[in-house]
Amino acid sequence: MTGSRVAAIVLRQFYLLRGSPQRVLPIFAWVAVDILLWGFITRYLNAVGRAGFNFVPALLGAVLLWDFLTRVMQGVTMAFFEDVWSRNFLNFFATPLRTSEYLAGLVTTGVATSLVALVVMLVLAWAAFGLSFAGIGLAMAPFLAALFLTGIALGITGAAIVLRLGPASEWLIWPIPTLVSPFVGVFYPVTILPVWMRAVSAVLPPTYVFEGLRAIVAGRPAPWEGLAIGLALAVVFVVLACVVFAAVYRYAIRTGLIARYSAESVS
Amino acid sequence: MREPDGRAIRFGLGYWRKPGEPAYADAMAPPHAILSVEGVCKSYGALRAVDGLTFHVAPGEIVGLLGPNGAGKTTTINMILGVLAPTAGRIEIEGIDLAVQRSRALAKTNFAAVYAPLPGNLTVEQNLRVFGLLYGVPRLSERIGEVLSAYDLTRFRNTKAGVLSSGEQTRLSLAKAMLNRPRLLLLDEPTASIDPSAARDIRAGIADFVDAGHCGVLWTSHNMVEVEAVCDRVLFLSRGKILLEGDPKTLPREHGAASLDDLFVAVAHESVQGAAAE
Repeated sequence: MTGSRVAAIVLRQFYLLRGSPQRVLPIFAWVAVDILLWGFITRYLNAVGRAGFNFVPALLGAVLLWDFLTRVMQGVTMAFFEDVWSRNFLNFFATPLRTSEYLAGLVTTGVATSLVALVVMLVLAWAAFGLSFAGIGLAMAPFLAALFLTGIALGITGAAIVLRLGPASEWLIWPIPTLVSPFVGVFYPVTILPVWMRAVSAVLPPTYVFEGLRAIVAGRPAPWEGLAIGLALAVVFVVLACVVFAAVYRYAIRTGLIARYSAESVS
Repeated sequence: MREPDGRAIRFGLGYWRKPGEPAYADAMAPPHAILSVEGVCKSYGALRAVDGLTFHVAPGEIVGLLGPNGAGKTTTINMILGVLAPTAGRIEIEGIDLAVQRSRALAKTNFAAVYAPLPGNLTVEQNLRVFGLLYGVPRLSERIGEVLSAYDLTRFRNTKAGVLSSGEQTRLSLAKAMLNRPRLLLLDEPTASIDPSAARDIRAGIADFVDAGHCGVLWTSHNMVEVEAVCDRVLFLSRGKILLEGDPKTLPREHGAASLDDLFVAVAHESVQGAAAE
């Protein structure tokens, strides 16, 4: 892998963001609205709920972590869509650029934009609603790492779907986090799910993150074993996503999709 | 039309060369060939878009790839650019097998094509910087200044590529194509949107670059005057095969045509008739 080629992909995204407020705003605006909305809901639930239970870390914390995962995924897919929209595949893939370098560039862009979103969410949730993860400290790292890796895996998978099915399949990509969320128990323990849904939950890394978060909020020790499983699954998901993207790329090279996406308006 | 020895040239199904057979004896890969295309085929199901293509480009040589629409020119260029995998055959750039060492081979290549404009949402300089990094161009800022000046784009340095005129965008594509001083330059209709004066300057610039021994060029164009002025050798493609090959200045006479334009029309006509016969 060559650093300058990864840097080229990142630099392209930086140029796009620097010259375009309409691209910068969505990085943090929608997650900020989400934090405000759920912050007020939790405040209301604290007011009407039974005494002693604090909804802020349970619900607002869950929203914050889920939005972080969604932002990571969108950071990767948005960077990819910029090349779809500008029909730039031929220009890029006719250079020495390797798919691993291209993906590394997309992921680096996703990291940068999602970290900005995370900081905005943490500051807003702390300043407006008193939510703080400071008590958990460095123990938050595996939670964030599992979500971060899952977001990367979903982003790369989304890019592979669009590369395979064409630009019009973009609408399939955005709802992916929403489709996953019922299974991973963002707001409720997965034990309330039907058996078949729990089977799906067991292989999704965020399940272990949200179960862990609820355990900590309830004052129980963090389930490190479960988090380790979640992290391992997340790594497997990233590897699988890269394998899928590479396979789709080979298909695109075999069938001429790369050239067609650049030259024509295709579905 | 007639062969030099007087026998009638036979096109289409009666083509005198077996599929995959080199067009001329000198088509055997010279050891120093910059581009070597050997028996390359590309099929889409039953359709053979490119059928056993074999040719070479030597250093300092400009080879014209000619043919009517659908002859397989762009398919061939896409395969040499590594964005389309051949069904069979082998492509080497300076002896490097594209299928085995794609990244290394493409580092020696660059291209400009009317159907692949650079991203319109980046400025001229930003585009050149991004592609300069992709090609690993040393002393990039200096080189960007050189190509901007060479293609009269300096005043557009901070202009978004998308708002340039089509001629200016073509010049930008050419500037990008020369950025890494490629050993193999692929040009697909490089002067299509450029006024005759600028086109002449650009042809002269590319010819100088080639004459200096920097590279070999594969050039597609429908402008036969341009082809005759620039190309050392032309390959006429029809339905994915090389139908004719030779010096653009003498080839029309050798085949009983008044001009390269007339020869092109004859090849195009044969292509339509051959397709109908099939």
